Amino acid sequence: MADISQAASAQMGDMRIIRRSRRADRFATVALAAIAGLVMLIVVSMVAYILYEGLSTLFTPGFLTQPSRSNGAAGGVAYQLFDSFYLLLITLIISVPVSLGAAVFLTEYAPDGPITSIASTAIETLSSLPSIVVGMFGFLVFSVNFGWKYSIISGAVALTMFNIPILVRVIQQALDDVPQHQRDACLAMGLTRWEATVHVLIPAAMPAIVTGVVLSAGRVFGEAAALLFTSGMSSPVRLNFLSLNFSSPTCAWNIFRPGESLAVHIYKIYGEGSPEAQHIVWGTAALLMICVLLFNVASRLAGKALAKRMTAE
Amino acid sequence: MAKHMPKRNLERVGQGVTGACVALVTLLVLALIVMVAQKGISTFVKDGVDAVGFFTGTDWSLANVDEATGLPQTGALPLIITSFAVTLLSTAIALPIAIGSAIFAVEIAPAFGKRVFQPMVELLVGIPSVVFGLIGFHVVVAACKAVFGTQTGMGILPGAIVLSVMILPTVTTLSMDALRAVPDGYRQGSLALGYTRWQTIWHVVLKSALPSLMTAVILGMTRAFGETLAVRMVIGGAEVMPASLLSPASTITTTLTTSMAIYADGSVQKDVLWSLGLLLMGMSLIFILIIHLIGKKGANARG
Repeated sequence: MADISQAASAQMGDMRIIRRSRRADRFATVALAAIAGLVMLIVVSMVAYILYEGLSTLFTPGFLTQPSRSNGAAGGVAYQLFDSFYLLLITLIISVPVSLGAAVFLTEYAPDGPITSIASTAIETLSSLPSIVVGMFGFLVFSVNFGWKYSIISGAVALTMFNIPILVRVIQQALDDVPQHQRDACLAMGLTRWEATVHVLIPAAMPAIVTGVVLSAGRVFGEAAALLFTSGMSSPVRLNFLSLNFSSPTCAWNIFRPGESLAVHIYKIYGEGSPEAQHIVWGTAALLMICVLLFNVASRLAGKALAKRMTAE
Repeated sequence: MAKHMPKRNLERVGQGVTGACVALVTLLVLALIVMVAQKGISTFVKDGVDAVGFFTGTDWSLANVDEATGLPQTGALPLIITSFAVTLLSTAIALPIAIGSAIFAVEIAPAFGKRVFQPMVELLVGIPSVVFGLIGFHVVVAACKAVFGTQTGMGILPGAIVLSVMILPTVTTLSMDALRAVPDGYRQGSLALGYTRWQTIWHVVLKSALPSLMTAVILGMTRAFGETLAVRMVIGGAEVMPASLLSPASTITTTLTTSMAIYADGSVQKDVLWSLGLLLMGMSLIFILIIHLIGKKGANARG
């Protein structure tokens, strides 16, 4: 009798535990789904809010084609837009070859050992440094010591330091993902490692490399803290795009003139109270975000198109 | 034989060129660390600013120069405390959201997680920090002002809220990677023993992913600690000891932004600012060290 009732109560206890853990499981599922929903709601509402506030300005005639007036509080953002892309272009011209070389060395020539560990620690350090510290260093070395003052080139070099760790990691990953047998086959055919890298491995990794470069371009495009002290907070009042006199301060292509990116422009005028300035701020934010989104989409499309072309051949 | 020589040269050229790239990057980082350290330490050695007073003093005013000593007020404790407060608070807000949504996207709805959730979160990574700051300035600050009835609505709390949204994608994507790296056999074993899905997640998956999850959180903290402009736009910029979460304050980074361009190179004030830069750099080096230690410990635990 006692045994039976004990067994029954033990069974009841088991049932209770099972029921409780099932209830906990259902509750956890709902809670986790709610959290994920919250994250998606934040993303969607942020993007929607920026577009809602900024799109009307963005489509105002002259916003994209006119220079700014009265220190940014009126007019358009044509020069800031140009400066942003020009900074990005120069940054990529410097950082892509250096990162490619560094990544090839780290993956193909020195896979393990003290050199790799020192270099990768250095790159990791660079990637976690606050961008304001990179900006201060750029200001000290390039603007002051090299005498470049506030200029596009100082800004681009500071951005390069910001960009190199991202690119090196992406390219290393891309090269690592190339199957080992391709490497072995090249070496067995008598190619040097250099020839194997240039003619086989880099082409094979190209889709991933292009995706990574374009994605990093999006990051660089929105960076502002590293630029405050290097490329400056003002664009020349008038730029001449037809001038080829590279030392003239009004020549658009002169890399030693000060320049202001879209992100810095937002920081400069966000506190201006006038309604027109506020329209410009939101318009600039929408423009900046759309550019970054386009980089995102373009990186995926370019990677996919390249991969398709390569596998079709 | 004659054919082999150029090949060997080619290999040497390739090794030289790529090696030079690595050397360039490494030297650049070393130069940066040495220069910031040298500039930052010279405040205490050359200008005679009291190092203890720098870390424990509560009065910060670079414009206020003492007649007798010629030194400005350089008690950086309020800035240091504000920086840590903003970082810790934003991590505390972002952590449950990031890990919770990562669990949902990996364990509960993996297909949805990969196709919809991850691209959306990555979209958040791309939004520039000034845009976060702008939204914070117009939405979060206004909300704090309305809800708590303070004069400006600026302070540590809005700063932490903006930062928590900014580090959310970093922590979430890294947590998702960490959870995906847990071998499926662990889950199957746990489910086969009669554990529910939640018990499996809580006792098995999270436990075995813990080192990587901690790395994800620390990387998020690194980003929060070093973030500048978004915080500058919502924190108010008053370089005083924060009285509450909703009184204007200033972090190390925001003080650098506002003061760096004002003072001439070589002045005591500029050197003091470099000391702040050194402090920032030191903190990010410590964060990296912690990540390495966690990685090593995780590797040891796995054998």
